[in-house]
Amino acid sequence: MNNNNRHLISILMENEAGALSRVANLFSARGYNIESLTVAPTDDPSLSRLTLVTYGNEQIIEQIVKQLNKLIDVVKLIDLSETDAIERELMLVKTKASGEQRAEMKRLADIFGGHVLDVTEATYTIELTGTGSKLDNFLRAIEKEAILEVVRSGATGIALGQKALRV
Amino acid sequence: MDLITGAEILVRCLKEEGVECMFGYPGGAVLHIYDALYAQDHIKHVLVRHEQAAVHAAEGYARASGKTGVVLVTSGPGVTNAVTGIADAYMDSIPLVVFSGQVPTALIGNDAFQEVDAVGITRPCVKHNFLVRDIKNLAETIKKAFYIASTGRPGPVLIDLPKDITIGKAEFHYPKKIKLRSYNPTVKGHAGQIRKAVDLILSAKRPVIYTGGGVILSEGSPELVELTQLLGYPITNTLMGLGAYPATDRQFIGMLGMHGTYEANMAMHHCDVLIAIGARFDDRVTGKIDKFCPEAKIVHVDIDPSSISKNVQVDIPIVGSVPSVLRGMINVVRDEKLKPDAEALDRWWRQIDEWRAMKSLSYRQSDEVIKPQYVIQKLYEVTEGKAIVTSDVGQHQMWAAQYYLFDRPRQWINSGGLGTMGFGLPAAMGAKLAFPDQDVACVTGDGSIQMMLQELSTMKQYYTPVKIVNLNNGYLGMVRQWQEFFYQKRYSMTYLEALPNFVMLAEAYGHVGMRIEKPGDVEGALREAFAMKDRTVFLDFITDQGENVFPMIPSGGGQNEMLLAERDEMVSTHDEGMVLL
Ligand SMILES: Cc1cc2nc3c(=O)[nH]c(=O)nc-3n(C[C@H](O)[C@H](O)[C@H](O)COP(=O)(O)OP(=O)(O)OC[C@H]3O[C@@H](n4cnc5c(N)ncnc54)[C@H](O)[C@@H]3O)c2cc1C
Ligand SMILES: Cc1ncc(C[n+]2csc(CCOP(=O)(O)OP(=O)(O)O)c2C)c(N)n1
Ligand SMILES: [Mg+2]
Repeated sequence: MNNNNRHLISILMENEAGALSRVANLFSARGYNIESLTVAPTDDPSLSRLTLVTYGNEQIIEQIVKQLNKLIDVVKLIDLSETDAIERELMLVKTKASGEQRAEMKRLADIFGGHVLDVTEATYTIELTGTGSKLDNFLRAIEKEAILEVVRSGATGIALGQKALRV
Repeated sequence: MDLITGAEILVRCLKEEGVECMFGYPGGAVLHIYDALYAQDHIKHVLVRHEQAAVHAAEGYARASGKTGVVLVTSGPGVTNAVTGIADAYMDSIPLVVFSGQVPTALIGNDAFQEVDAVGITRPCVKHNFLVRDIKNLAETIKKAFYIASTGRPGPVLIDLPKDITIGKAEFHYPKKIKLRSYNPTVKGHAGQIRKAVDLILSAKRPVIYTGGGVILSEGSPELVELTQLLGYPITNTLMGLGAYPATDRQFIGMLGMHGTYEANMAMHHCDVLIAIGARFDDRVTGKIDKFCPEAKIVHVDIDPSSISKNVQVDIPIVGSVPSVLRGMINVVRDEKLKPDAEALDRWWRQIDEWRAMKSLSYRQSDEVIKPQYVIQKLYEVTEGKAIVTSDVGQHQMWAAQYYLFDRPRQWINSGGLGTMGFGLPAAMGAKLAFPDQDVACVTGDGSIQMMLQELSTMKQYYTPVKIVNLNNGYLGMVRQWQEFFYQKRYSMTYLEALPNFVMLAEAYGHVGMRIEKPGDVEGALREAFAMKDRTVFLDFITDQGENVFPMIPSGGGQNEMLLAERDEMVSTHDEGMVLL
C-alpha cells in the first residue's frame, strides 16, 4: 500500500488560457510529485492533451485523479498505468563523437533504434524514442563524459486496443 | 438588436440572475461598471470600507440566504484586498461571484498602473476563474460563473474584466441554460451503494451520525431530520454543520471535534458504524488520524468525490447530494419496513447518557466577573434562540458554538475552514441585508473586531442594525490559551494593551455603545440592546481574562483523550501535537 508507484496520467482538457497552470498549480499546492508533463493541442482545436508522470501510493494517486477531475477545465482523464498502454518519449542527445568513440556511438544508437540527425566532425546529435526506461538505459550505455546535452520531451502515451480517450 | 456596453451587459446579467444585493468598492478599472449601476435601481449596491469586508459581507448574505453572493472590486489593490475573503469562501464552500476590474487588454502584462495577475493570484483559492478577453463571451462567462459557483460543491468564482471589455459594445444575449462538457456534478447517489449503506447502517450496534456543512449547503436539513428520527440514532454536527439538526432535540449530542462535547467525541471513538454526511473529516474533527473511530465501518455521503477517502479511508462511499441520497435511504428503510436493533440501540443510548452526565460544558459561575459562556447563554435566552448569530474567530467563536443552541440551518454563520479574524462583523451586515426582519448578533472578540472595525461606518450608511457582542478578555484569547497549555504561560504577543474605548468608538460611528462589567448586568444590557430594533449596538462585555475553552482535545490526541474544565491539569502535549497545531 505504501509503495510509490509510477503513474502515467493522460488528460483531455479545454484548450483555454491558464488550463496548464491549473494543473501545475494543483501539483505544487498539494505537494504531489510530478516527474514530467507534456501538453499540446489535439485534432479538435478546442481540446488539449496533457500527459504527466507522477509517483505515489494508491491513496495519493486516487486523490490526484479526483483533484484533477475536479478542475473545471478537465474534460476526461485516464490513468494509463491501470490499463495496457503504450508509452513513448522522445529524446535528443548531443554526444562527443571523435576517434574510436565515433563508431561506438553510432553502433549504440543503432542498437537502441536511434537516428543520427546531425553530424559534425566532433559530435553526433541522436534522436531516440521509447519508454522512459529505455531512454535511461541508452544514457547509461554511453560514456558519461561523452554526453554534451540531453533534451527529453517527457512521456506521452495511449491505451492499447479499441478504447480511445475522446469527447 | 441594440448594441450595449460591456458594463451594461454585466448589469443586465445580474438582473437575469435575480441578484438583488451586491457588495463592492470602486476604482479606475471598474468606473464604467459603476456608471452602469448608477443608471439602474434593481440592484442594491453596498459600498463597504474595505474590499475584504465586501467579500465577507457577500458571504454573510450567501450563508444566511443560500443565494449566491456578488462582489465587485477594482484592479490591483482592490482585488488583492479581496483575496482573504475569497479564500475564506473557498474553504467553507460558499457560492460567490466576484468581479474584479483589470487594466485594458492591451496593457495586460505591461506592469500597468494597478495591474495584478488576478486570475493567477486567486487560482489556488477559487472554484474557477475567468479572464474575459472578448466582449462577445461576457454574458456567457457570467452565466457559467453563477452556474459553477452555485452547483455541485459550491465555491467562489472570479471574473476578471479588463476595462476595455466594459466599455466596448456588443449585442446582449443571456443564455437560458448552460451545459459544460467538463463539469457535471453527480447529484443522484448510486442506488446499489445506497442499498449497501442502509444494510450497514441498520446492522449497527453503536451508530453515530456525523454531519457537516454539506447538509446546510444542500438544504438537506429536512431529510436529515427525517432519517435521524426514523433511525433514532445519536447525531453530532461539525462547527460548520450546526443548525442542520435541531440542537434542542434529545438525539443531538453536541458538536464534535477539538472543542466538541465529551459525549460526541466519546460516541465517535466507540462507534461501530459512522454515517458521515456532507462533512470532510477535517483535522479539527478527527484528531490524530490513527486514533480516529478505531472500530467503525464508515459510510460517507458527499457531492465532491475528492472529499471521500481523503483523510480517512471509508467503507461505503456515496457520491451525491445530501437531500437526494438521504431520500433514497429513507425510502429503502420505509418501503422494506426495516428496523434498527432496538436492544443494542437502547444499550448505546444508556452509555451515551452516562457520558452526557459528565456535563462537559459546565463551567464555574462567578458573581464578580463575567464568564463568557454566561453571556452566550443569556444571548440565547434573550433572543429566544431565534437570532442569526455570526462569529469572529477565537475562543468566543467556540463558546458561541457550544452555548447557543441552533435549531435551524443558516442560523449560525462563521469562518470554519480558514478561521478568518475579521469575518464576523461584515458577515453580520450581509446576513442582516438578507433578512432585515430578523435579529442578527455578531459574537466577537477584542482582537477580531479590530480587524474589520471600519465596517461600522458601512452599517450606519445602510441601516443594518445588528447587535455586536464583544467578549472582551483583553487577550488574543485562543492563542493565549495555547500558550498557557503548551508554552508554559509564556504569553508572547497575545495581550492587547491599549484597547480602545469601544463605547466611544461605537458612538463615533453613530451607533450605541454599552460597557458591561458585572454578571448581574449582562441580561439587562442584552434586553435593552435587542429592544433597540433599529440601532446597531456595541455591547462590550468585560469578561474573565483567564477563561479557557473546554473540552479540548490537544492536537495529536485521539477523540477519547479530552481535557475537561477544572478536572484536568494540562501539562504539555507531545511534540507531534505541537507540529499539528
Ligand atoms: C478556532 C477554530 C476551532 C475549530 N474547532 C472545531 C471543532 O472543535 N469542531 C469542528 O467540527 N470544527 C472546528 N473548526 C472548524 C474546522 O476547521 C472545519 O472548518 C470544519 O470542521 C469543517 O466542517 P465540515 O466537515 O462540516 O466541512 P465543510 O467545510 O462545511 O464542507 C462541507 C462538505 O460537504 C460537502 N458538500 C457540499 N455540498 C454538498 C451537497 N450538496 N451534498 C453533499 N455534500 C456536499 C463538501 O464537498 C464538503 O466535503 C474550528 C475552526 C476554528 C477557526
Ligand atoms: C487574520 C487572522 N490572524 C491571526 C489568526 C490567529 N488567531 C486565531 S484566534 C486568535 C485570537 C483572537 O482573539 P480575539 O478576537 O480577542 O478572540 P478571543 O480568542 O480572545 O475570544 C488569533 C490571533 C487568525 N485566526 N486570523
Ligand atoms: Mg480576546
